Amino acid sequence: MKVIMLGLLNRIILTILISIITTLSFADDQHSHGANTNYLNTDWSFKGIFGTFDRASLQRGYQVYQEVCAGCHSVQHLSYRNLSEKGGPEFSVEEAKAIASQFEVEDGPNSDGEMFMRPARLSDKFVKPFPNVEAATAANGGAYPPDMSVLTKARAGGADYIYSLLLGYEDPPTGFELDDGVYYNKYMAGNKIKMSAPLMDGIVEYADGTEATTAQMSKDVTTFLVWAAEPHLEAQHRMGFTAIIYLIILLTLVYMSKQKVWSRFGSKKELEEETFDKVEKAVTEYEGEDPKTFK
Amino acid sequence: MSENKYIPKTKLAKWFDSRLPLLSLSHHLKEYPTPKNLNYWWTFGGILTFCLITQIITGVILGMHYVAHTDHAFESIEHIMRDVNYGWLLRYVHANGASMFFLAVYIHIFRGLFYGSYKAPREVIWIIGVIIYLLMMATAFMGYVLPWGQMSFWGATVITNLFSAIPLVGESITTWLWGGYAVDNPTLTRFYALHYLLPFLIFGLIILHIWALHVPGNNNPTGIDVKKNSNETMPFHPYMVMKDITALLVFIIIFFWFVFFAPNALGHPDNYIEANPLVTPTHIVPEWYLLPFYAILRAIPSKLGGVIFMFAAIFVLVLLPWLDTSKVRSSTFRPLYRKFFWVLVVTVILLGYLGAKPPEGIYLVLSRIATAYYFIHFLILLPVLGRYEKTDPLPMSISDPVLDKPGLIDKFKKAAGQYEGDNVGSFK
Repeated sequence: MKVIMLGLLNRIILTILISIITTLSFADDQHSHGANTNYLNTDWSFKGIFGTFDRASLQRGYQVYQEVCAGCHSVQHLSYRNLSEKGGPEFSVEEAKAIASQFEVEDGPNSDGEMFMRPARLSDKFVKPFPNVEAATAANGGAYPPDMSVLTKARAGGADYIYSLLLGYEDPPTGFELDDGVYYNKYMAGNKIKMSAPLMDGIVEYADGTEATTAQMSKDVTTFLVWAAEPHLEAQHRMGFTAIIYLIILLTLVYMSKQKVWSRFGSKKELEEETFDKVEKAVTEYEGEDPKTFK
Repeated sequence: MSENKYIPKTKLAKWFDSRLPLLSLSHHLKEYPTPKNLNYWWTFGGILTFCLITQIITGVILGMHYVAHTDHAFESIEHIMRDVNYGWLLRYVHANGASMFFLAVYIHIFRGLFYGSYKAPREVIWIIGVIIYLLMMATAFMGYVLPWGQMSFWGATVITNLFSAIPLVGESITTWLWGGYAVDNPTLTRFYALHYLLPFLIFGLIILHIWALHVPGNNNPTGIDVKKNSNETMPFHPYMVMKDITALLVFIIIFFWFVFFAPNALGHPDNYIEANPLVTPTHIVPEWYLLPFYAILRAIPSKLGGVIFMFAAIFVLVLLPWLDTSKVRSSTFRPLYRKFFWVLVVTVILLGYLGAKPPEGIYLVLSRIATAYYFIHFLILLPVLGRYEKTDPLPMSISDPVLDKPGLIDKFKKAAGQYEGDNVGSFK
């Protein structure tokens, strides 16, 4: 009777569980309308345990950022010195200095109490295209072009999402209403984006002779943005690999010592004999009650 | 193995120990008798201590670089990530450490539920544990506010607003909590101060938790009292220490995998957007470890009701030692409770899943059912099971096989046959 009840309970629980899972997966399908989350795939060199940045791609990405994005988007947490640091685009210090000196920053006050403009140095943060969020919003038709310092970490989908978005501009399907200054993008939530397609073939001319296709530029600038969001990514991967290998070796040694220490307490053989003694006792008791069962 | 009393070897040790028995204490910690049958689920106490210490150390260093001001908090986090030497490591260890802390505490709590570790004489250990868990949630919540990202701000707004549901004084309490009329700089600075304070309270409570544990000693997978002066226990050092370190290393490997290869997987992308009181995120969700309670909160149609049920969901754990009336501790010997235990685990996971979904349609229906079941489990099932469940017979001691479990006698016969040769008659 008890066994049947338990079996019944099992079956009830299992049925409820399966029906919940089915309902939920159905509900999830219903809810994921709107933006397309099947992002375009491309092979990122920075993904995976050994992921490192492609220097040339980072340098090209910086060029795309500077010539295309920087008109509206700031990267306020990057400094010019970062451009020459290890694990980044690794421009030479001279190149980074030259880049910095193209920009003017406000400094001061000087000894007369006046603020003044001077060329940027390596220690300065990237110069912003607009003085503040309000100015940027006003100049861009009421939509603030987000700061791109941590953009790849601030969007679900990360690098794949940014890459797809850059390539996701399309003519709207018939019947899709778009206001002036709003564009159709497959990957944007709601498919409406206030940024016009920023890239087109040949909009920049790469110094290293790489053909500036839209896909190539999207890949390069996304790589640059991933680095901008995580400038220590390479060090992180390197340290992670070393740390985990070290821990696995340590774990093996510790586990072996633990087994050794525990074997002192009671060897397996002793334990077996102990168990058999008990079994013998138990069976004797049992047999005593009904000796026939054993024959 | 029994615990022998500490006998000082030198005159100095005797002089010191009679004035402050630190040496006796360390002797006790070393010799503390632990049941020899503890499995790896018992290693999470040590793992949790490791988590707290890691959080305190990384947190104190992060506190040296963090700026608790609405205008600078987000920027100072980026400063830590970019310019502070190994700042990224400290922050990722601290942020993922919080998640791992909760992962470990949930395993620890469910282990207690499975093996009946909350039952007499261990009620006080359990209640201190529930208080620690409550403080952990408060600490983690306030820590999540500090980076001043979108989820920080809106999470803080949603949670602090809950207090406004209290009749009559609700509004005043909320204003008092905020230090103003909205979540703003005064809120951030006090959250920072409390986030720094609470871990040390937790630390103190952990000492009490362990103290209370050392009075009756550990429970064990059979739930049967061990005889302290027998070969059923072994000294804490080196046996349990070695086992704890083994488990801890496995835990750290998983922890580090997150820190180095998926540091943002457990966070919300919106928290990398600086807080903006004018833009509400589409879905405001707390960190994953608070989601089951968030689901309970939203399952109740009234705001005040939601708050009451959410807190009741935690408070019911305090009453657990008296709600579960079964004399048998371990679910190893409770066939029915064992089933309902797993149903509870699934319910809590389901609530967590629903907490991350919008409260509408089937999600809302399911979270109501799951919330109801959560309370039914504790308030109805446990008292009823304790009365009517037919438990399996208990062994005499932790090393005794259970003799009249169905099928076991046959196994013994087989084993005995191998041992004795097939001459069963020799048993006579």
